[in-house]
This record gives sequence, structure tokens and C-alpha cells, in this order.
Amino acid sequence: MLTLEAVSYRYAGARRAALRDVDLELRDGEVLGIVGASEAGKTTLALVASGLAPRAIGGTLRGVVRIDGRDVAAAPMHEMAAQVAIGFQNPATQLSGVTETVFEEVAFGPMNLAVPRNEVIGRTWDALASLRIEPLAERHPARLSGGQQQLVAIAGLLALRPRHLVLDEPTAQLDPAGTDLVAEALSHLSARGASICVTEQKTDLLAGLATRVAVIDAGAIAFSGPADEVLADPRLADLGVAAPSAVRLYRVADAAGLSPVARDRLTAALAEELDVR
Amino acid sequence: MAAVAVGGFVGPLLLVALGVVLPAVLAGVIGQLARLTLLLSLPIAISAVLVNVFFFPGGETVLLRLGPITATAEGLVFALEILVRILAISGAITLFYLTTRPAELVVDLERRGVSPRVAFVASASVQTVPAMVERAGQITAAQRARGLDTEGSAWRRVRGIVPIVGPVILGAIGEVEERTMALEARGFTRPGRRTLLWWPPDSAWERVLRWAVALAVPVLIVARVAGWLTWLP
Repeated sequence: MLTLEAVSYRYAGARRAALRDVDLELRDGEVLGIVGASEAGKTTLALVASGLAPRAIGGTLRGVVRIDGRDVAAAPMHEMAAQVAIGFQNPATQLSGVTETVFEEVAFGPMNLAVPRNEVIGRTWDALASLRIEPLAERHPARLSGGQQQLVAIAGLLALRPRHLVLDEPTAQLDPAGTDLVAEALSHLSARGASICVTEQKTDLLAGLATRVAVIDAGAIAFSGPADEVLADPRLADLGVAAPSAVRLYRVADAAGLSPVARDRLTAALAEELDVR
Repeated sequence: MAAVAVGGFVGPLLLVALGVVLPAVLAGVIGQLARLTLLLSLPIAISAVLVNVFFFPGGETVLLRLGPITATAEGLVFALEILVRILAISGAITLFYLTTRPAELVVDLERRGVSPRVAFVASASVQTVPAMVERAGQITAAQRARGLDTEGSAWRRVRGIVPIVGPVILGAIGEVEERTMALEARGFTRPGRRTLLWWPPDSAWERVLRWAVALAVPVLIVARVAGWLTWLP
């Protein structure tokens, strides 16, 4: 379980806190979506939840971040790497920059953790297969498109087989097909008991993936709850977050005067279409 | 190093033939080696020959007089000795460059106990260059699209460099923090050795040859100091 208890965080040199009194609980096997407008604090929350802030970037943290009951502040970063993985939205900076093939890039994390060689190879193929990028295995990571690099970066995290995964807008550079692949891989990972925290602008992705959603505004959690309830909440628009397509379609159908039965059929058909795609 | 230790002219030439030319022929890179070695050594070789032929102190056998300067036979012999050493050094460096993949070198060093961080720095240095060149190309194209003039007079070209170099360097620096965090999150700072997926093959005869070369250098130095190589011209 990953928990944030009354956590506030201020970047070094900043006057105001980027996170304010955040309480969150992420249970094993759960996918928590974090939504919010730009600069609401989503990336900061991801950095703090993964233990990288303030350890790697400085700043001041109040409150406690616990991973499986252990205070993150007391654990060395390399020990945390085996417990919690973090992915950023810019794929270029997530790649190690020292590997010559995608296979080696995906294997980079487990190799660092001294996982036995055969297991590294098995994990790497599994991670590549889960995102269906095995054909890229022999390619040079630097010569891939942004979307392909993002998939490789996520595969590198999956190969770590983390118990907890924090992803900061992981599909920012992906097309719809790539987004679906990531959603499918994350669903499998959570089904195996991993807890996943995803900050996302794409609420359609969260509608099909997240079990709970928290809305962040100006560094504080505005409200949170089950994904279907939060993503249908009219307050989302006021906080700069677009509702999922199905919710918007439902509202349009409602405004157009469609009968409740027709509205439900229409939104169900759209949800099915999004799932199939 | 052996070529410097042996001294004279014929000894280093033999070493070049055995230690540079023969391996290059076996590796099929003799053409590239000849071209690159010439390019690498030509400027310093020309200056070394001119200085020694015309200004060798104590040269007595005059070959040519050009006004106040004189070319001497002693200077020419010494210049040839210097030339063959330059050839040996630049040839050996070029052969290493042509026959050794950086990735294999780094993996092998790590396998032999070199710290993963040192290996990372070595590898990143090699791989960063093409990435920076590509980034510079993208920024140049973007700046040109916005009207930057990078052609024409020398002054215009110099002025055009600043809006390109600035974003290249600042962009690279800006990425360092996120890249560092990503490396930490992937366990890079873990102490101790890491798992290696592969390493270059190292056959018994390669090991024997390596040890032989390593032993040959001190043996040659001792032989030179003891005066056992005076028979070599």
C-alpha cells in the first residue's frame, strides 16, 4: 500500500507550496487516477509519491509518504527502485542513453538491481510482449518515434515488476492505439496486485482503467471517489478537466431531449466502441 | 609505447608492421586505417620533419642550403625516427578506433570490475555526441524557419551560432535533472555489480596475445636501457 499522510511539498526556492495537505491511499491492485488542470500539482504529486521529491530534487516535504508501511524518507533510493517505479511524460529523458538496442534499454532497470540474467531476459521479453513492441527489440532507442520511445520507457518500468507504479501522463505522446496498449498493460499489472497511480489529462483512459479518481487543484485534493462518480461530476469542468467522451455524450443527449433509454443506449454503445478500439 | 621504447628506425617500423598493419589486414580495415592514419598524423609529421631536417642541433652533413637555413643528414635520420614513432602511435589509436565497438569496450570493462558509473560515463559520452548533433540540426532548422540567417558573410554566420548553441546547451542541461531522476528510479545508484546480459567473446589465444603484448613493453624498455638493441639501425 502507498499512502500520503498530510503531505505538503514546496520546491527549493519557491514561495508557495506545490502540494498542500494531501491525504491519499493507494491499495494493492488498485488504479488511482489523478486529474487536474495544467500546473495543478499532478507532476509534483507523482514525484512525491515515488519518493523522488525531495530526495532527488531538493525542496521541503511535510507529512509522511509510506510505501508498504515504510517511511520513504528513511529508505535508500535504490531500494525504493525495487518497490516503486516512476515514469515521466517526456520519453527522451527516461531512456538511459547508453544502450544500443530496445531490448537492452528495457532490461536496464532489472540489470541495475542485479536480477539474475535469465530472469532479466524473461522479464524483458514479457514487458515487450505486454506492449506488443517485440519487433522493436533490435532497434536503437534513439531512432524511434516519440510514441515508440514512450512505449519502450513504460516497458522498462514494467520489467522492474514494481509493486507500485507511478506514471505522470504516460500517454502524452501516444496515439489512440498506443494509449490502449498502455491501458491494457496497466490493467494486467494491477490484476497481478500492483498498485498504480496515473496522472492523466485523458479522462477516457481513466474511465476504463481507474478504480478511483482524485481531482487536484492548486496543489490540494479538491475531491475524490470511485472513478465513475468523479468523472461524471459537473465540478470537473470548473477545475479545467474535460469529462470523458461518454459523459459528454450523455449530457449532449440529455440536452437534446433524448429519452433516458436512448441516452443510456447511446452512452453504452460509445463506451463499448472505446473499449473495442 | 613499444615503438618509443625500441628506438632507432627499423625496430619501430617492424613493430608498426607487426602490431598495426598485420592486424589491420586481418581485420579487413587496412584501407581505412591508411587513410585515417595519414589524416591524423600528417600535420604533426610535416612540422616534425621540417623542424628536424632544417634545425637539428649539431647536424654536420649538409644536404641542402636554402639561404640562412641548412638541411642536414643527421636531422633527416632523426626526423625519420620521429616519423615512424608518430606513425606507430596514430596507427595504433586508429586501429583501436576501427576495430573496437564502444559498447563492447564498456561492457568488457564492467565485466572486469570497473564501476558501472564509470562505464556509464564512458558510454554516455560516446552516445551523447550524435544526440547533440541531431538536436543541433533540429534547432538549426527551427531557427531558420523563423528567419535566422546562417549563411553569407563570416559575421552573419557567427551571429547565427548564438541562437543555435544557446538552446542546444540549455536544453541538454534542462534534461539532466529528469534524466537523473529516471536513472535513480531504475536502480542505477544501487551499489555493487549489476547483471550483464552479454559480453564480447574472449578466446584463449586472444588472452595469450594480450598478455604477450603487455609483457613485451617492459621487456623492450629493459632491453633498450641495457643496450641489448644497439644492433638495430
